[in-house]
Amino acid sequence: MKKLNSKLYRNLIMVAAAIAVYAFIAYGMNTNMLPRATQTLAIKACYNVILALSLNLIVGFLGELSLGHAGFFALGAYSGCIFSINSSLPIEIRFFVAALIGGTVAAVGGFLISSSILRLQGDYLAIVTLAFGEMIRSFIKIIPYTGGTSGLNGIPSLGSKFMTFSYSYVFVIITVLVIRNIVTSRHGRAITSIRDNAIAAESVGINIKAFKIKVFTVGAFFAGIAGVILGHYINFIEPANFSYNVSIEVLVMVVLGGMGNLLGSIIAAVIITFLPEILRGFDKYRLLIYAIALILMMLAGNSPKIIELRAKAKVKIMMLRRKALARKGA
Amino acid sequence: MQGKERDGKVALLEIKNLGISFGGLLAVDNVSLSIEKGQLYGLIGPNGAGKTTLFNMITGVYKPTSGTFCFDGENLTGKNPIEINKKGIARTFQNIRLFKNMSIIDNVKVGLHNNHKYYMVESVFRLPRFYNEERKMEKEAIELLEVFDLDKEKDTLACNLPYGKQRKLEIARALATSPKLLLLDEPAAGMNPNETEELMETIRLIRDKFDMTILLIEHDMRLVAGICEEISVMNFGTLLASGKTSEVLNNPEVIAAYLGE
Repeated sequence: MKKLNSKLYRNLIMVAAAIAVYAFIAYGMNTNMLPRATQTLAIKACYNVILALSLNLIVGFLGELSLGHAGFFALGAYSGCIFSINSSLPIEIRFFVAALIGGTVAAVGGFLISSSILRLQGDYLAIVTLAFGEMIRSFIKIIPYTGGTSGLNGIPSLGSKFMTFSYSYVFVIITVLVIRNIVTSRHGRAITSIRDNAIAAESVGINIKAFKIKVFTVGAFFAGIAGVILGHYINFIEPANFSYNVSIEVLVMVVLGGMGNLLGSIIAAVIITFLPEILRGFDKYRLLIYAIALILMMLAGNSPKIIELRAKAKVKIMMLRRKALARKGA
Repeated sequence: MQGKERDGKVALLEIKNLGISFGGLLAVDNVSLSIEKGQLYGLIGPNGAGKTTLFNMITGVYKPTSGTFCFDGENLTGKNPIEINKKGIARTFQNIRLFKNMSIIDNVKVGLHNNHKYYMVESVFRLPRFYNEERKMEKEAIELLEVFDLDKEKDTLACNLPYGKQRKLEIARALATSPKLLLLDEPAAGMNPNETEELMETIRLIRDKFDMTILLIEHDMRLVAGICEEISVMNFGTLLASGKTSEVLNNPEVIAAYLGE
């Protein structure tokens, strides 16, 4: 009963935090209290969070190093935006349908790619996914309707930045909920067990291949949605937006946030989105500080010593709480 | 040796002339075994005799290159590990293979994966079946952990457990798949005499409580002599002797090959 309460308590805090963040940014945007650059970055943070969460499912939970996330991102962006340009539905509905189409096309891509690389593991899988990502980008350059290297123009806008942010935020919430619900189900446990020990997972009847395909499909679906958000926010996409650098940047978010840690991914994605802007004042040393900041964040998140310190602090807090409760009881 | 004919009992696992070669190396050759339902069967032999390889064939990790094995009247030769687990064979590993970064109860729940089903969509939308099945899984997992006295620390990570308990957890996870035959690969490896004693109790308990048939590989002669009703001895990939434990352990050939002259 007590455990259930603490769970409920945590969920309530999360919901409150989500609402507070939204309210803060919405207020800042509507009153123009937030600088223009921050407003823009808030939208960028939305699709980066979606990208990081979906990659975390593949890298953090399934334990397969995928470097092709930009490919799924591109598939979603192009298919969703091409629909959006050619459709005459009201813009709000059009955006949601475009997101669905973008996600589905990317998911089909994820399904096909993952079914063709089932036998690969580790470095080999990383290299092949990297190649697939680049292949998708090259295809986009040569096939018609995509605008080739000069880019896809005239993607409709959702109106104000506030509107774009609001719609993006809805998708962030959906992504968080769906991925959280998958991870905490029997499927999530099976996925994590594959990461921890594939041979043992197979020995208790977990179908590794099927789960690899499922995870890649779900991950690609959300990457595709992120792509549609990107398109409707900058109203113009070109293949250069989806180079492998994007995959690496998303991977950095996942690693910094902690493998298999959803909240960590969200925080890391937001920090990394805002970091270049925060460091703008340092001009010359910006990249240097960026690198140092990444190293510090990694240490803070993953160093055994610091994890130990955190565990100790947790115990202390629990002791204090227990004491307080005892005092209340007495 | 031919369990099928003896006493009119039916063999649960019937291995016939099973063999495997890796390239030119004949690792296991012409092994025939028969294990009856409810039996506690031991498999012993010097290091490199092919015991674990035999296990790996029965569980589908390796595909045998000759011979067949039947489980519960069904030929399972060459099936993959997942199918074989679903038919009712579960195992533990010589070098413990737990899901180290998952909690103890989650380790067991992974074992329950195929017993309680709901679709991914149902977990995404948290439909009633999700809650029903999860509740059942929780209950069953705790019941299993209680048998092994692990229920109090169900939320700790598996990697933080002491060695002896890790072994127990691995057995609990295997049992969670509700098998008919349990294969234990050196369950007492690295245990001190007290822990071994406790393990013997646990193995007997499993057999009685779950009505389980158990095949175990072991080097600890005290354990084998203490709990196994029948044993087989392997050496250099072939079967040296099979039969009642006391008889086999007094067989001069076995003593020469295994215990030393």
